[in-house]
Amino acid sequence: MNKITRRQALGTTAGALTVLGLTAAASSVATSAAATPAVSTPPGTVDEVYQGRRIQISTGGGGHHGGHHSAGQPTVRIDGRELHIMRNADGSWISVINHYETFTEPKLLARAAVRDLQGAPLVPFGGAA
Amino acid sequence: MTVRKNQASLTSDEKRAFTSALLELKRDGSYDRFVTTHNGFIMSDTDSGDRVGHRSPSFLPWHRRFLLEFEAALQRVDASVALPYWDWTADRTTRSSLWAPDFLGGTGRARDGQVLDGPFAYSTGRWNINVRVDGRPYLRRTLGAGVAQLPTRAEVDSVLAMPVYDMAPWNSSSNGFRNHLEGWRGVNLHNRVHVWVGGQMSTGVSPNDPVFWMHHAFVDKLWADWQAKHPQSAYLPAAGTTNVVDLNDTMRPWNDVTPADMLDHRKFYTFDTEPVAAASQR
Repeated sequence: MNKITRRQALGTTAGALTVLGLTAAASSVATSAAATPAVSTPPGTVDEVYQGRRIQISTGGGGHHGGHHSAGQPTVRIDGRELHIMRNADGSWISVINHYETFTEPKLLARAAVRDLQGAPLVPFGGAA
Repeated sequence: MTVRKNQASLTSDEKRAFTSALLELKRDGSYDRFVTTHNGFIMSDTDSGDRVGHRSPSFLPWHRRFLLEFEAALQRVDASVALPYWDWTADRTTRSSLWAPDFLGGTGRARDGQVLDGPFAYSTGRWNINVRVDGRPYLRRTLGAGVAQLPTRAEVDSVLAMPVYDMAPWNSSSNGFRNHLEGWRGVNLHNRVHVWVGGQMSTGVSPNDPVFWMHHAFVDKLWADWQAKHPQSAYLPAAGTTNVVDLNDTMRPWNDVTPADMLDHRKFYTFDTEPVAAASQR
């Protein structure tokens, strides 16, 4: 419930979100620059601002929500809200935003979702906003 | 008996009856329950796990049953209504009468993809997008933007020529008719049409756009055409397949209907142009 509340709070102001995203991304870069190579981000991890939206992709974990995913699948977030994604048998990816079009990697899928959203926030899975 | 007609041949009265029935299902709340059901299956059907509505052999009988349920709901509003089909190999431009203001309305404006004309435009107040994956409450389309061309008749014929219904591993990587029609492999028929329409049609909540039903009614007709062309070819797999709906297994969410029950569409409806059986041509 805390998680949902935080997501809803994050989704309220697109302007503030963009600032938050940029700040977080900048501090993340600063941190990793100061740190030793041992704590560099794991393979497949993404934290970028694309067309004013913060895209975060973290790998591993799995099974963290609703049971829609198989374990070990990356989690994709846009401005803090999770984007439902799925891996195809051939290794390509789809999302609930671009469900009928495959992408070779999650970052490309996330960017396509950002373009489609045209600034709109994601809503929690399966629910009305 | 219900007769499903090509949308291009509908009269003005038939178009009006169809769109009015859609608006009534939207008003009484039953329309959105179909959207919710579809998205639930979109998110839960996986290549390596249980799969029923999509990326599996039961893609075709599942959608046939789903459309039958929807058509029955329309007919409770207006008994004269049948689902029309959209032959996107023939009506393949944004100038088709399908997209005119007296039927589905046209493409969305550039700024936000919002459809501005027709009975389903947000401004009418009668077609709010309630079951959604993002915050936007208005119907959107980007006709022809996500992919340039709809499938051609030659591409459809190349898929109809495939003699085997489906093949292991019974998912999005399969060879055979079903997966080529669904579009995860090969020239890409069904999936590509969703992408061509764009907006909600390219998402898991694609039934938010009424064209969903007309697209799937044509995909369903192509299954009937394929059966007529290959009368010796059966639904596969027959039995004992993990995570997959075999011929006589029941399908969720109904749990009382099997692919075998869905094989003969003529038990439920006919098409304005029925496929001619290949056997009788020999």
